[in-house]
Amino acid sequence: MAERERAAAPPYGGVFVPRTRVMGPDDLRRAVTRIAHEVVEHNHGLEHVIVIGLQTGGVPLASRLAEVLRDIEGTEVPVGRLDVALHRDDIGIRPVMPEAPTDIPFDLTGEVVVLVDDVLFTGRTVRAALDALNYYGRPRSVQLAVMVDRGHRELPIRPDYVGKNLPTRRDEMVSVTRDGVELGEVRRTR
Amino acid sequence: MTGKHLLSIADLGLDEIDEILRLTDSFVEVSERAIPKVPTLRGRTVVSLFFEESTRTRLSFETAAKRLSADTMNFSVSTSSVKKGESLRDTVETIEAMGIDAVVVRHASAGVPWQIARWVDAPVINAGDGWHEHPTQALLDCYTIRQSRGSLAGLRIAIVGDVKHSRVARSNVLAFTGLGAEVTLVAPPTLLPPNLTGWPVAVSHDLDGVLPKADVVYLLRMQKERQIESLLPSLREYTARYGLTRERARLLSDDALVMHPGPMNRGVEIAADVADLPRSMITRQVANGVAVRMAVLFLMLGSTGVGRGA
Repeated sequence: MAERERAAAPPYGGVFVPRTRVMGPDDLRRAVTRIAHEVVEHNHGLEHVIVIGLQTGGVPLASRLAEVLRDIEGTEVPVGRLDVALHRDDIGIRPVMPEAPTDIPFDLTGEVVVLVDDVLFTGRTVRAALDALNYYGRPRSVQLAVMVDRGHRELPIRPDYVGKNLPTRRDEMVSVTRDGVELGEVRRTR
Repeated sequence: MTGKHLLSIADLGLDEIDEILRLTDSFVEVSERAIPKVPTLRGRTVVSLFFEESTRTRLSFETAAKRLSADTMNFSVSTSSVKKGESLRDTVETIEAMGIDAVVVRHASAGVPWQIARWVDAPVINAGDGWHEHPTQALLDCYTIRQSRGSLAGLRIAIVGDVKHSRVARSNVLAFTGLGAEVTLVAPPTLLPPNLTGWPVAVSHDLDGVLPKADVVYLLRMQKERQIESLLPSLREYTARYGLTRERARLLSDDALVMHPGPMNRGVEIAADVADLPRSMITRQVANGVAVRMAVLFLMLGSTGVGRGA
């Protein structure tokens, strides 16, 4: 989410120009399947596991992960959506805009929350997410699943489940869609 | 928002109204949380300058600011140096010198928020100026209608009562028609503005004829403090012809909404039990008011990169 937000925010304004396709739709599917198995293995099943996708890029991945988890274990995993905009640490420094409402209709106290996002970059979105989760209860543990870890962390945050580690330059951009993962640049429009 | 201040609905483009209403969804969600607070505007100070009495608007802005973690300062004229004869400009400049990030103004004279906007650097929000405008009320009304009906486009909205003295009516006519609704003003001729040229509305003096076709009935408060009684034979006469009585409420279609900006005169413009019907949006308007004002404060103070932290 971080990339897209940064790129689409009004004063930056830009369009994503893809350069390389890093993962195709099948790669994406296999990665989700592997992550699902890792989640089940790591937590010895799915009891108390809740999947929460970060608005907006993490939301479709969270639903896909929950579907695969259901196929593997035969249990329905609660799925939530979290928008971290109001908890960011760069409000007032750069444009921040809520993308879509949060939807977490359950108490998180005592649960195991698997946060899902498309790209892990500086870690600031995840920090904001950890802050936001406090307002919904006190999870027993929080785990982080991302499709792409592109490095350049600015905070002591690491993912528990990774689709792909992708070395990038800071000024590059990673786009995750249903069709796969692309690496490219943002061309400024102003 | 493109403008720095929120003084009139006319300052907002349609896309800006849309943006505020879209953002309001996020703040409704915040308000429904077990802990209804976000750290978004930490360290910012919002001051309410209320030169005219108010319960809901002042508390609504204060609640909105607090849910965003902003600090709030309250000013009401009865406990201030205005009583000692301090001028408006000196009062405003004194408060600005204390370091503020936004000013919410309510004043009995039209135009005061514009004047204050010229004097201070901070963004100014008009919380009602005389008979002129009350933009956040219009925004929360639009949000409330959208919540129930999905959209305002094509809806028939009757605004009933003391239009002449109503800033709520002026802001709402702009907002409702801007979003595509058809507005009919229903009032005795003495309670309509003397000149309606340029208002994109229909006018009727027959409430019974309007009600069956209305999707929304928006009742205005009879503003007794503005000496309306001299414009009417009697309040009872008004209620008989223009009040939403129990019998009249039966003329409404099943899904029609009843709205009122508050404070209500139960038994005058609205019958006591009509105000409590399920179709009455009055308490929902108040709840949505907080969320809409959070959206406005956030847009003015939090969403741009030009704040103090920049």
